[in-house]
Amino acid sequence: MVQLLSTKQMAEFANSGCLFFDGLIDNETNKEFLKDIGHTDIENVDNMQKYFQNIKASSSIPRIPAGTPLKNAYPYKSPLEKIFKNEVVAGAINSLVGSEAVVDHQFLHLTFPTKYFKKTNQRQMSQVNHQDSTIDPRVTFDIQLFYFPTDVTKEMGGTRYHPGTHLRIVNEMGIAKYQNIRGQKNIVCKAGTIGIFHNGLWHGAGVNFSDEIRYMFKIRLQPTEKQELLWDPESKYKPLPNRALYWTDENQESTINDILMKSYPWQEADTNRLDKINTIKFWRLLTGHKNLDIDYWLTRIENNLY
Amino acid sequence: MTIRQKVLVLYLKFPSLEAEVISWATFDGTGQKLHMTGDSDEPPYPTGLDALLDGWRLFQSSQAIPEHPGEEFRTSYLKHEFFFEKIEEGDF
Repeated sequence: MVQLLSTKQMAEFANSGCLFFDGLIDNETNKEFLKDIGHTDIENVDNMQKYFQNIKASSSIPRIPAGTPLKNAYPYKSPLEKIFKNEVVAGAINSLVGSEAVVDHQFLHLTFPTKYFKKTNQRQMSQVNHQDSTIDPRVTFDIQLFYFPTDVTKEMGGTRYHPGTHLRIVNEMGIAKYQNIRGQKNIVCKAGTIGIFHNGLWHGAGVNFSDEIRYMFKIRLQPTEKQELLWDPESKYKPLPNRALYWTDENQESTINDILMKSYPWQEADTNRLDKINTIKFWRLLTGHKNLDIDYWLTRIENNLY
Repeated sequence: MTIRQKVLVLYLKFPSLEAEVISWATFDGTGQKLHMTGDSDEPPYPTGLDALLDGWRLFQSSQAIPEHPGEEFRTSYLKHEFFFEKIEEGDF
């Protein structure tokens, strides 16, 4: 039985563009995954390309033609098949892109430690900020699921990401000139953590200052159905009524709408309002409530009498 | 003695130098420091004005471009961009 996301988790995803499940996958599966890819100490690696080619040649990670249904993608009882069968992972996927999602692509990202760059006399640089793929003005969205088979410490430079950037439409590395953005985060997590990003979330890999190789398995999944109430098949969600604005009651309770309207320190004063409007439009699509509003942002500008 | 340029790019909360810094990038032409993506979580200055007070010279800022009709709610790149420089003399 899969565990679908809650309305609160969906609201967090709609607002931030990401969700995390810390240490979700058990240690036995994590070890099995590392054994399967032939993980070794950095002292035994002379050449990054060769190490990578060995993983491709000997691991159970298959070549998956783009468009293959996820449910047919991985060999029976392989570590990745177990991960995608996990009830929380399957539930999150079903909630966001449906039970008939297809694979766009997968990749095992390796980030080598300083020791390797010194040994090979190469400059060690972080990856610039980017949005994956290309300009994507769709309302349909894909997800990118990340699996971390080892602990990721701060010095390992786990994936840097910028919550709340997912609805900004940019052209891939067109955001590379933003070296640092207020509120930026780096993934620091336990082995077995699963992260899910909206395909538009701005991100980049950090520098690995530890002595260990950092691994991150990534898969991009695409829906084949409308992403409306997939997490709430009984349509239990009902929009909240309007509340007072600015001149408010200090003691009012926090609701789903507060999660949806959360601001981030990187947002401009003016564009932050558009980010809120776009989040409400996104929430309309996810819930199927086409006239839903939060804090009058859309009602105000849709009240056009001429 | 040679002359080298250091460039500081600040993105501000609104289009005035008194506004808070929300994003930043530094490129050091002297080669003394290699800056890279994600290398600091705190901005070098709280506002654009503070950069001026510390001797950075503003040489370019973004224009105010009206939103394209029909696309008023489309959000994209950071809007309020300011380029500063410092010219350094030395044996680099």
